[in-house]
Amino acid sequence: MRRVAVIGVGCSKFGVRNDVNVAELAFEAFKPSIEDAGISPADIEFVAVGSVGAGAWYEELLPAVVFAEYCGLTGAGLVRCEAACASGSAAFATAYWAVASGQADVATALGVEKMREIDTPTVMEWIGRAGHYLWEFHNFGMTFPAYYALYATAHMAKFGTTEEDLALVAVKNHKYASMNPIAHLQNRISVDDVLSSSIVAAPLKLYDCCPVSDGAASIILASEEKVKELKIDTPIWVAGVGYASGTANISKRLDYLGLEASVLASQKAYKMAKVTPEQLDVAVVHDCFTIAEIMAYEDIGLCKKGEGAKLIREGQTEIGGKIPVNVDGGLKAKGHPIGATGCSMIYELTKQLREEVAEKGRQASMKNYIALAHNVGGTGHYCYVIILRR
Amino acid sequence: MATMPHIKSREIKVVQDIPISKTLPFWEGIKQGKILATKCKKCGKLYFPPVADCSKCFSSNMEWIELSREATIETFTHVVVRPRSFQQEKPYTVAIGKLQEGLRVLAWLTGFKLSEIKVGMKAKLVAKITHEGEPTYEFTRPE
Repeated sequence: MRRVAVIGVGCSKFGVRNDVNVAELAFEAFKPSIEDAGISPADIEFVAVGSVGAGAWYEELLPAVVFAEYCGLTGAGLVRCEAACASGSAAFATAYWAVASGQADVATALGVEKMREIDTPTVMEWIGRAGHYLWEFHNFGMTFPAYYALYATAHMAKFGTTEEDLALVAVKNHKYASMNPIAHLQNRISVDDVLSSSIVAAPLKLYDCCPVSDGAASIILASEEKVKELKIDTPIWVAGVGYASGTANISKRLDYLGLEASVLASQKAYKMAKVTPEQLDVAVVHDCFTIAEIMAYEDIGLCKKGEGAKLIREGQTEIGGKIPVNVDGGLKAKGHPIGATGCSMIYELTKQLREEVAEKGRQASMKNYIALAHNVGGTGHYCYVIILRR
Repeated sequence: MATMPHIKSREIKVVQDIPISKTLPFWEGIKQGKILATKCKKCGKLYFPPVADCSKCFSSNMEWIELSREATIETFTHVVVRPRSFQQEKPYTVAIGKLQEGLRVLAWLTGFKLSEIKVGMKAKLVAKITHEGEPTYEFTRPE
């Protein structure tokens, strides 16, 4: 396998984007990514698109083809990757494998999602069906917040995690989103705002949940030879790629205290990158709901099992703390256009590792120049962990 | 919110016919008040939800077993914001309960006040026909 680097990144503004159609949204991310890399679409041999809602919450059934044509990529190898909310990371891994294997010298991972063309109860319906339809949705109406709420209830009962602890995650992530011009939610909030917001699926309240967003992100990957040929001055190397899956039926999980797929995927990524959690300078983790961020701390080894709440209480996951997490606002406040999220995580970490974050107070300090992205699909149905190194 | 110019897509209504021939005893069992699981005759692995094929030893030689009724609630949530097709239902509680066989079941939990529901409490698993005439099962208060 060859060494592979991220050489260009682009990300659209996240939010309610009813000013653009889905192809135009893809273009908003793709254009800056090729400008960043200093290449043209003709240089790209393979394109992996991360997108979930084709034909459901947006109208195109074969979106990869539509995006490729709109971005001048017709002719390149093309595939759409689905790994639920980790589809962007699945696309990233697919593009990585294309380059690492020697099959392509330059490849693109393009994550795109447009979720706001339909009403919220219908979005809840589609995403709720995404566990195991027949056994969990058909008769029981599981929703996505409800799935994570089952984990929240169990985590609180076992470890004494409180609703205030969950709220602190939202407060932190909104703080950083308020500094991030591409974030969906840019308002700062307090613990009381979270606790007094309406119940969605107890114990999770409205402000424990990420918004339903539109957005796109594009990542250009290249081989080491191509990095030299293009004279890329700050390549960001892909050091580790970890992946795992969990059961479709939530009733078959080991427990409801963490996501086994996150543990397995992160161990695989650390092993490949030959790094430990202590060496990370910054991380982005999958915080679709506040409980998800606390479980992620534990599952990827930022702290011991059951100590996730302590980490947020002590402010250890803010800039200046032990390990800054989700300093782009996270899914919780930057937004979660599900197929785009994994690519937008790589966008953020690339900017962080290049020390290019323009907004004051949002650049993490770099010591080892190592960063980790943790992207979960479903409720631990899929997980991808990517480790980048400058 | 200002509405941007747009075109409405053509409308499509989708209903799938989900085959249940290989798990028919389960759906028939509900009508007789029973909740059935499958057990692999070759390796002995027990499955709920019931399956026709064993993912452990790949045998398709399964037998039907009636499940016990007493469950211990491992976790739960109260769903207030409901999906499109559950808009007519009142907010509902979903729980995961562990049975004596070691299997877990996800189902609605009824018959309790929300404040009474705790992790670790006992509930009874029962077969039920919904008001729409569909077979289902739920956890409820033990007698």
